[in-house]
Amino acid sequence: MPMRKVMKGNEAAAWAAKLAKPKVIAAFPITPSTLVPEKISEFVANGELDAEFIKVESEHSAISACVGASAAGVRAFTATASQGLALMHEILFIAAGMRLPIVMAIGNRALSAPINIWNDWQDTISERDTGWIQFYAENNQEALDLILIAFKVAEDERVLLPAMTGFDAFILTHTVEPVEIPDQELVDEFLGEYKPKHAYLDPKRPITQGTLGFPAHYMEARYKVWEAMENARQVIKEVFEEFEKKFGRKYQMVEEYKTDDAEIVMITMGSLAGTLKEFVDKKREEGVKVGAAKITVYRPFPIEEIRALAKKAKVLAILEKDISFGSGGAVFADVARSLINEKEKPIVLDFIIGLGGRDVTFGQLEEALSIAEKAMKEGVEEEVYWIGLRKEIL
Amino acid sequence: MVPLEEVRGMEIPENIKKRLSIPFEENFYAGHTACQGCGAALGLRYVLKAYGKKAIFTIPACCSTIIAGPWPYSAFGAPLFHTAFETTGAVISGIEAALKAKGYKVKGKDGIMVVGWAGDGGTADIGLQALSGFLERGHDALYIMYDNEAYMNTGIQRSSSTPYGAWTTNTPGGKKHFLEKRHKKKVIDIVIAHKVPYAATASIAFPEDFIRKLKKAQEIPGPSFIQLFAPCPTGWRSPTDKSIELARLAVQTAYFPLFEYENGKYKINMPNPKKEPKPIEEFLKLQGRFKYMTKEDIEVLQEWVLREWEELKKKAEVFG
Amino acid sequence: MAESPFKADIERVEKELTEKMTPGAIAYIPGSSVINKTGSWRVFKPEFNKDKCIRCFLCYTYCPEPAIYLDEENYPVFDYDYCKGCGICANECPTKAITMVREVK
Repeated sequence: MPMRKVMKGNEAAAWAAKLAKPKVIAAFPITPSTLVPEKISEFVANGELDAEFIKVESEHSAISACVGASAAGVRAFTATASQGLALMHEILFIAAGMRLPIVMAIGNRALSAPINIWNDWQDTISERDTGWIQFYAENNQEALDLILIAFKVAEDERVLLPAMTGFDAFILTHTVEPVEIPDQELVDEFLGEYKPKHAYLDPKRPITQGTLGFPAHYMEARYKVWEAMENARQVIKEVFEEFEKKFGRKYQMVEEYKTDDAEIVMITMGSLAGTLKEFVDKKREEGVKVGAAKITVYRPFPIEEIRALAKKAKVLAILEKDISFGSGGAVFADVARSLINEKEKPIVLDFIIGLGGRDVTFGQLEEALSIAEKAMKEGVEEEVYWIGLRKEIL
Repeated sequence: MVPLEEVRGMEIPENIKKRLSIPFEENFYAGHTACQGCGAALGLRYVLKAYGKKAIFTIPACCSTIIAGPWPYSAFGAPLFHTAFETTGAVISGIEAALKAKGYKVKGKDGIMVVGWAGDGGTADIGLQALSGFLERGHDALYIMYDNEAYMNTGIQRSSSTPYGAWTTNTPGGKKHFLEKRHKKKVIDIVIAHKVPYAATASIAFPEDFIRKLKKAQEIPGPSFIQLFAPCPTGWRSPTDKSIELARLAVQTAYFPLFEYENGKYKINMPNPKKEPKPIEEFLKLQGRFKYMTKEDIEVLQEWVLREWEELKKKAEVFG
Repeated sequence: MAESPFKADIERVEKELTEKMTPGAIAYIPGSSVINKTGSWRVFKPEFNKDKCIRCFLCYTYCPEPAIYLDEENYPVFDYDYCKGCGICANECPTKAITMVREVK
């Protein structure tokens, strides 16, 4: 029988790691993720998890040790956030390029400067081009589930790419919620053992990994990563289905909420989706035709799902906790990319919101919605808006 | 590994016999793309002879990336993993942990050797943090720093292992600034400060000594470190046929003395322990990189060499 | 004349090596560098005088390629397919049995 426990998001991530039975964990403390490796080291110390835990001297070495371990053919796991993830940046490309299905839990946190330990998605969004699959969790249960799912997808032979699961700093990492811990037996069945065929360092099989790729071969190697990421779309759907069958919880690339007759659909990711759904309920009571959508899988980007969603609405309003200076939000760019060649497409507006732990209030959502309503009636004035700015101190 | 002696049935003079302790089998393959007279390539040949196929190598981005060959080629007969410049210490930690988790025997007789092979830049500079982490955590692996005293792969820039007075492309010398102003960083002393079970210097001119040290690194549990002196004709502006001679002179002048540090004890392994060091000039004069040094510069370097040599002898005396 | 220690490897690599891109660009064939004949780099060529050779193995030991192997009688054989002509063997030979001469092409 699955066990229900009240726990923080970080603990849920640690439980997911324990259930997945990685052979090597290498991690370095960073707020707000520190509790993940802390809890795992407890599991290892108690003998509840049989793994080598490497207490590395930096995040750069954490991911490098995971790369070494995964290359030697074992399941590897790490956790980090913000600056730690940014420090890993270089090695993230290497992990993906070498097709090493490492899984990483991220407590989504803002990047310096100024120093800020609170939530936004700038850390993972900035790693969108590294070749890692990206999941975003709405709550602690999703954090646990999406880490298990990440392992299954990453290790699929059609994919073989690393994956990260993000859950919002403090809002989830440090907040307790009831979480259902699946049965170990079922998880074992679901994941199986990691037995790579393509790469494992073993004296019995003297292969060379990560060689120099000349211009004559580099593009083909990169194309293979592209192909794998494209394959991941189908694999993710299959894994979501299998997960639902086994554990009873349904996941979708994009989860829609009251969108069928919506004129305006507000799109977001992570824990903000919970707030947004409540907001939609409130507006529906007021008679406003608004819906919500949550992007669960950001890489590969759910292009088809966004196209289908776009057919329903007149305005898509993206609410996102990240910014690409000089352009706009990253999700906005991806949604726009999905719709650019559609014959009929809705207005797409971008709302930068909740950076560095700024609370996202109903008032802010109202503001975004009213801008969307105005654009629907009078046309687009601007495309990117910063919502919730304290204009009095600017 | 079969020593040459057993393969070759002939009467061998005593003085040559020692050389035959070098294993016969080649696991470093010809057709690799090292420059002519490359010390690093010869070093790799020795390591691959010593460990045969029972080793897993990690190489960061450096000359050896090129030496091992571009895809789909490999000059290695053993598994090889290429990684980012600064990560050798961390990657070998991960590989060692994974092998242990899989239940493999690591190090020791018949155990798998996890070997990191990085240059002086990748070790003394950008890789120093990962090296320290690896040493401090006590992984059962070997880190070899092949020391050619500059960033050669990027085109001869100074590293912290570049000696005083050396020309490099970013210590070119000029009216205002001298060539390299700093003395060579003593990476081995930093390593020993971690109180590792085994650390040693070695030279490509003394392969028997190097291979003996490689075997020792295999036997002694815990992290081991070998700093291998590996001349680079391209970067040193030295004739390609002088690589061995230079490596030998570096030892004979006590510029790069051979020694071991084993469980807190120092042991000097000079070929002629009684002999006074040759003047440093003998080492310098064969290399274009030192040709701009004045007499005074040479004195500065000579003084440093002898002071360091005295210090080492003292250590061997007190902690021998 | 003894055979190159890489003869079997050359045959193996020529048979197995492919340019078909693999996930992670893994090089699956150990020692595949042997089909790269680096002898073409050579400007100076080692010439060997057997009469002077004392079979000390120094040239064999110090060759970075390796492009020197030993025949049945333990005399060195120079593998010109791979010898890049660095001259270490000639420099280290204690009896001057090896001399470097300009390659005529």
